[in-house]
Amino acid sequence: MIAQQLINALTLGSVYALFALGFTLVFGVLEVINLAHGAVFMAGAYAALLLVTKANLNIWVALPLAMLASGALGLLIDQIVLKPLRGRRAHHLMPMIATIGAATLITNAAQGIFGAETSRFPLGTIPEESFQIGTIRITELQIAIVIISFLLMLLLMVILKKTRLGKAVRAVAENPQTSYLLGINVEGVFRLVSFTAAALGGGAGVLIGLSFNAIFPFMGQPLMPKGIAVIILGGMGDVRGAMVGGLFLGVAEVMSVAYLSSDYRDAVAFGLLFLILLVRPSGLFGRVLERKA
Amino acid sequence: MTDDLQVFWATYNTLVYTVGVHAMLALSIYLTLSCGLLSLGNAAFMGIGAYTAALATLRLGLPFGEALALGGLLPGLVALVIGIPTLRLSGVYLAMATLGFGEVVRVVFLNLEITGGSMGLNGIPMKTQLWHIVAILVVLVYGFVRLRRSKIGRAFEAIKEDETAAKAMGINTTSYKLLAFVLGAIIAGVAGGLNAHFTFFVSPREYGFDPAVDILTGAIFGGTGSFVGPMVGSAILAILPELLRFLKAFRLAVNGLILILVVIYLPNGIWDRKLFARLRRKGSA
Repeated sequence: MIAQQLINALTLGSVYALFALGFTLVFGVLEVINLAHGAVFMAGAYAALLLVTKANLNIWVALPLAMLASGALGLLIDQIVLKPLRGRRAHHLMPMIATIGAATLITNAAQGIFGAETSRFPLGTIPEESFQIGTIRITELQIAIVIISFLLMLLLMVILKKTRLGKAVRAVAENPQTSYLLGINVEGVFRLVSFTAAALGGGAGVLIGLSFNAIFPFMGQPLMPKGIAVIILGGMGDVRGAMVGGLFLGVAEVMSVAYLSSDYRDAVAFGLLFLILLVRPSGLFGRVLERKA
Repeated sequence: MTDDLQVFWATYNTLVYTVGVHAMLALSIYLTLSCGLLSLGNAAFMGIGAYTAALATLRLGLPFGEALALGGLLPGLVALVIGIPTLRLSGVYLAMATLGFGEVVRVVFLNLEITGGSMGLNGIPMKTQLWHIVAILVVLVYGFVRLRRSKIGRAFEAIKEDETAAKAMGINTTSYKLLAFVLGAIIAGVAGGLNAHFTFFVSPREYGFDPAVDILTGAIFGGTGSFVGPMVGSAILAILPELLRFLKAFRLAVNGLILILVVIYLPNGIWDRKLFARLRRKGSA
């Protein structure tokens, strides 16, 4: 029983982690709480659906293409909405409000185009094989979701830690002005991060769309407070923290459904968030970033 | 003419009430913002106020005035209790903690028997009248005008500009922050109580993440330079979907577009005194 729950938790948690990773990346580098991330997540799922139904592609071919499409959307949001606000002495919440506008625009445009009803992948899209190990049942889809999520996270970690590019990204996250003086293409890094973050968010959207087989315009909304909870758990802007935080939230949710009551699922997650903030405001891995005057 | 007015009132009275309630919520978040606190708990406080006032009317049969008072009092008490530990946080962390608190409150509403679960409370009698909303708004506006030049108002401003410096000047920052937080919660609670008594029902969905973000959006959209901006901004955001009704399914999409354009081209919000001054100079020249 508990092993089965852990597997479910791992699947859900790895998608949360993937979602939160893009979220935390944008916060860490661009210092924007990107509330359009849920809309990009939804767009990724719809892109995969269109590729599967209209272009008759295999879902595993459609997934990377959908990630590219949502990455492009993220880049578009950055260029149109966030770029004009950079370097301006506006209220520091203005970029966040602008992303709310972008989220409203994208979500409602999707509703106008696809309708409010739930769309599903056609039969045979989703691998339905499953393995029985003792009393535990694992589906092929669950394995694929966990492997894909972890591969993507690992790839991101390696790029950030081991490559020159990753070094540049970390430098910009630390201080954009100094990075600019050191000859780093700061705007380029911003664009790259916006693209990558959105691609990861869109990928998470495809995986959630597959595992629940339900795609609808507002599917990104419940993910937003969860994404925020995850990056608080892990520490704002911390990549490793987002991964651990996502898995942790997955476990907390699945376990509270299994052993408490499904009604209190969200309260458990946010109760934890609330407690962690009070005890350790910088998250599990975060550093204290508070500026003293 | 009076017929036209009557038709207009019959069609739009709920909208007018909504604009009034949103203006109150805008003031409640402005109060915390003016003290440098980014709190996203106002939707939750509004919810606590709405449920409390509605239950006072439905179960206890209290008169409207007392129900509203309870609807302000309980959120104020809750704010006092959670404010003491929470207000040690600042900036984005405070925003997230209050958001987490809001989600917990929403789930509690969803699961308690007395709050009617996911169905919420129905059949709340129509008690709110226009003059209630107007009177409360007038009192609040008078209060905010007086606040600006008072000791408390100056303390809020000092804390907002630089908390460390304010502390060094001998301002008891903790208690002033708590005061702003509790007062904001009371205003939001009363707004919730008023809202419940003209929409006839309360449900947990109205007080989650999205409304919390909406309240903040209205305030920033209007501009947080003075208390007028948030009221104007939230009123416009409440009316806009009605004006854009002809766009049907895409009307909220246009709402989003307008929000983006305002943020990009009017960075200090719509109600920007400096912008007005500049326009006036241009007009006279």
